[in-house]
Amino acid sequence: MNLFCVGLSHHQTKVETREHFAGDAETRSRLRSAGCAEVLLLSTCNRVEVYGASEAAIDTAEIARCLVGRGPTPAAAAPPVFYRHEGDACVTHLFRVASGIDSMVVGETEILGQVKKAYETAHASGTAGPFLHRLFQRAFRVAKQVRTRTEITRGSVSVGSVAVELASKIFGELRQRKVLLLGAGEMSERTARALVSRGVADLRVSNRSLERARELAGAVGGQVVAFETWTQHCAEVDILISSTSSETPLVHPENLDPILQLRLDRPLFIIDIAVPRDVHPDVNQLEGVFLYDIDSLQSVADQSLVQRRQKIASAESIISEHVEDFWKRFFREDSLPDGSAAPVSGSSISSQALRASES
Amino acid sequence: MDRYLLVASSLCFLAAVVRTVLSIRAGSFRPGRFNFFAIAAGFALQTVFLSVRGHALGRCPLTNLFEVLVFLAWSLALIYMLVGPAYRLSLMGAFTAPFVFLIQAFALLAPIDVRHGGKMPANSWLEFHASISMIAYGAFALACVAGIMYLVQDRQLKTRQLHSIFYQMPPLSDLFVAITRLLWWGFGLYTLGLVSGFFIGQPLPRVQVVCAFGVWLLYAAILQGRHLRRLAPKRVAALCIIGFTVALTLLWGITFSAQVH
Repeated sequence: MNLFCVGLSHHQTKVETREHFAGDAETRSRLRSAGCAEVLLLSTCNRVEVYGASEAAIDTAEIARCLVGRGPTPAAAAPPVFYRHEGDACVTHLFRVASGIDSMVVGETEILGQVKKAYETAHASGTAGPFLHRLFQRAFRVAKQVRTRTEITRGSVSVGSVAVELASKIFGELRQRKVLLLGAGEMSERTARALVSRGVADLRVSNRSLERARELAGAVGGQVVAFETWTQHCAEVDILISSTSSETPLVHPENLDPILQLRLDRPLFIIDIAVPRDVHPDVNQLEGVFLYDIDSLQSVADQSLVQRRQKIASAESIISEHVEDFWKRFFREDSLPDGSAAPVSGSSISSQALRASES
Repeated sequence: MDRYLLVASSLCFLAAVVRTVLSIRAGSFRPGRFNFFAIAAGFALQTVFLSVRGHALGRCPLTNLFEVLVFLAWSLALIYMLVGPAYRLSLMGAFTAPFVFLIQAFALLAPIDVRHGGKMPANSWLEFHASISMIAYGAFALACVAGIMYLVQDRQLKTRQLHSIFYQMPPLSDLFVAITRLLWWGFGLYTLGLVSGFFIGQPLPRVQVVCAFGVWLLYAAILQGRHLRRLAPKRVAALCIIGFTVALTLLWGITFSAQVH
């Protein structure tokens, strides 16, 4: 029995190529007809992969043909390069994918849910048998262990989520917090929505254009306040999100300091998403104020990503331990529930990259 | 012989410190069970030490600077065990352990364990006064630890350099609530200790009374500033550190001036 993985991912191919090979409702049955005893199709926005077990080796080009779905034909002249992993390499690859270290954003957790869903679908349709069952159950364990032992998922890696995470680190529970949106840009709307999803109920929108303010307030469930009165609201709010199109800073130490004296016991978190900036950088020197502009939010996101990348080596080491152990157990229990033989070990098969033509 | 118990206790706290340092250097700090159990074991050994010493003395073991420091370290661990889990401040253990370890290491290494010749007469008011004051010091010490945590986090947020430990810290607002409560607890207990000092039936040295009132006034001022919202949280955190440093220095002075404590 051969255990293999054939696929395309964001590393080598563009989205239009991946969507062409994303498969359809008939893909699994086509793969079964091509000779796969067991088959699982993992199709996400960043990858299309077939995990399979078969008695005889199935050509990559044949698998590629089975993957062609209803998506548009890519314009690229050269046929896509499918990667193919067998035995050890296949197990290692799956563990890396499930752990999020092969993802576009290293350490993202969404992929594990997608792998689980793909497994459930294969299980429900009867295409995942004992080989894939063992393999994927182990993959879920590995992913969990990588996450808890390396903390590879820690820290936010997008500007919006960094802002929300920092707000939570400053205020804890956000439910009772008051937020003022100064300006009604798209980015501040996105951040406001993220804060609302974390429980913020008191949201005030202030914009030069009252119409746009009403529109945004309606969209995020906030109340409109007159643009002329935004400084008064600064004394009450905990978070100020600024994204106006003003050419000069609206908030500077001189006009903020007197307001801060009225609210000495509470920190003020200012998120300045405007370019040019709405808040003078010296405001960050004021006691109790934490100012983050778009660059500093991006810098925190980058730091998190660097920290995540530093964890890859530890994650790889956990994965290699599991790969070895997985095969040991597999051969110890080589009489599988259905009485068939265990798959060929990766040690006897080298992984190979094969070209597959679309036709 | 009882000092071995204290050595073992110090090693438990040292284990928690080493574990914390190693995990911070590895960039993956997270408060785990190890730290909690190491501190709990250290606390248990401290308790046994104080019990053995107390039986030997026939009174509360607060007869010299060595015992005062050990009692202070015990109070700190006690307040942490009571407060830490309640306020979800498990990380506080990582900050508390080095503090306790340093106090105990100093107590063990410095020649301050001076035994009194004969058995000292038991005085329940004096023992109550001394022990309750020490527990108040434990609360002030933990407020100081929380203050350090607050300032570390505040600095990381200001400089936008968020290290591994940042993600394990409790939110600033929660930390500030914990600081305020610890200050109130410490202040209440200290007041009780101060008042009970007038019932010990012995004349108190003037310097002791002045020092004790000095500490009381210092914490009263911090709490008043907090209550009237005149002090920003960062200043309260900084004052907790300054306040405890002053209180510890004065405690030293009090203990030296009166070997009775």
